[in-house]
Order: sequence, then structure tokens, then C-alpha cells
Amino acid sequence: MKAKLVLFVVVFLVWLGLSWSVDVQHLVVGAVVSLLVTAAAAGMFRRTPRLLKRPGRYFYFLFGYVPLFIWEVVKANFDVAYRVLNPVLPIRPGIVKVKTDLKSDLALTFLANSITLTPGTMTVDVDRENGFLYVHWINVKDPDIEGATRLVAGRFEPLLRKIFEPEEESE
Amino acid sequence: MSDTLGMVFIGIGLFFDFVGCLGLVRLPNVYNRLQAATKCVTLGTCSILFGVFLSMGFVAAGIKALLCIVFLVLTAPVSAHAIARGSHRSGIRLTEKSVTDAYAEDDEGEA
Repeated sequence: MKAKLVLFVVVFLVWLGLSWSVDVQHLVVGAVVSLLVTAAAAGMFRRTPRLLKRPGRYFYFLFGYVPLFIWEVVKANFDVAYRVLNPVLPIRPGIVKVKTDLKSDLALTFLANSITLTPGTMTVDVDRENGFLYVHWINVKDPDIEGATRLVAGRFEPLLRKIFEPEEESE
Repeated sequence: MSDTLGMVFIGIGLFFDFVGCLGLVRLPNVYNRLQAATKCVTLGTCSILFGVFLSMGFVAAGIKALLCIVFLVLTAPVSAHAIARGSHRSGIRLTEKSVTDAYAEDDEGEA
């Protein structure tokens, strides 16, 4: 029930942002659409959300993760631009294994997406049982597990553990 | 003022989108091409959308552009991940220049 309520509020807020005009017509249509979407999609979010249990994680997310993420994305783009515009095409591609001890779905998703958007690396597959990520690296600096883990996931993992890990158990 | 700033952001976005497309042509195989396509095109398009928001201001179109940034950042890596995993499972090898392929060594990537 709580999960449905949260989903409804989020969908309704997105609707308000999209229409960006507050009158009766928009609000009523938005409420109806949000109800329909909530009814259709509620099965996808079974866990009960604990929004306000640890407000500290929103702080870490907004001021720790988001700036780091934007900085890494900008760096990644200059990296790709350098490689593509260089006539020699300086690449050393390969797929490396990266170890992670994050367990929950949300944390793993964020880690994989962060790796994809940061310099030279792209997540190919996730092995949840053993805690490995397979990462395609455009310029392999260290082919073994420990070195690759430190270089690829080291920047994000501690922060994501602080944000997502303690309160969630994978289903 | 915000109009000029918006134009600057749109210009930066166009540059990175161009680099992404160039990478799509120049890089050797599907995995390397995906790297260029996801990274550059994500930031390039986000930058264009942000420029649109800056020059439009807080009106319906501007807010839509901001929402599009959120959706783009959430979905682009997921689709890249799906394409890369699918190509490895359907047997597309890395280039000869490749250094290591831990995915194939673990027999994970076999169909």
C-alpha cells in the first residue's frame, strides 16, 4: 500500500512537471492517469519503501554522488573525444572482471550505470551470486581482478555502500 | 544572458554529439563503438537539453527538457549494457588488439 502511494505521488509529480500548468483540467486528468499507471506498474515495485528512515542518505546522494558522477561523466567525454580525434586511435580494449560486495538490486544498478558512464569503461554483465561485474575497458591498465576493481569501481563503491546498502536486503 | 549561456551549452552538446558519431565510425567493433555512443551522446544530448532549459526558462518546454535529462541518464547505460551483453552472447569476439577477455574465460558469455 505504501509502495503504491509513493509511486502515485512520484508519477503525479512527473505529470505536473510535464504539463507545467496548474488548473482543474490538468490536475484531474493527471490524477486519473497516475492512478492507471500505479495500478499497472505497482507489481514491479514490491518492496516497501523506507523513504524517511535514514535521511542522511539523501544528503550523501545529492552532495556526494551527484557531483562525483557529473565530474566523472565530463572526464569520460574528454577521454573519448581524445581517443576518437587522435589519428593513431590509442585503444587497448578488453573485458576485465571487477569484484564488488554490493548486494542489493538498486546499489548494483547504480554501480553498473556509473561504470558505464565513466571514463573508458562499460558494464557488460553482472554475476550477482559471486559478486562480479564484467567490464569492457577501452584502455586496459590492469587485467587482474584486484587492480581492475580498484581502478574501475573504487571511486563509487564506498559511497554507494553508504547510500544504499545497510537498509536493503535483496529479495 | 541566460539565452547566451543556453547557446553555449547547446554548442558544447553539438560538439560532443559530433565526437560520439565520429567514434561510431572510427572505432573497430561493437563494444568500442558503444563506449563512444553511450558516453558522448549522453552528455552531448543532456547538454543540448540543458541549454534548451536555460534559454526557455521555467516554462513547459524547459521543464520537459529537464525531465528528459533524468530519463536519458537512467536509460542510456541500461540499453548499452543490454546491447553489449547480447552481442557477446551471440558470439561477437573482441578485436585482435584486445588484451584480455575475462568474460569468455569464465564461459559466462557463451550462448
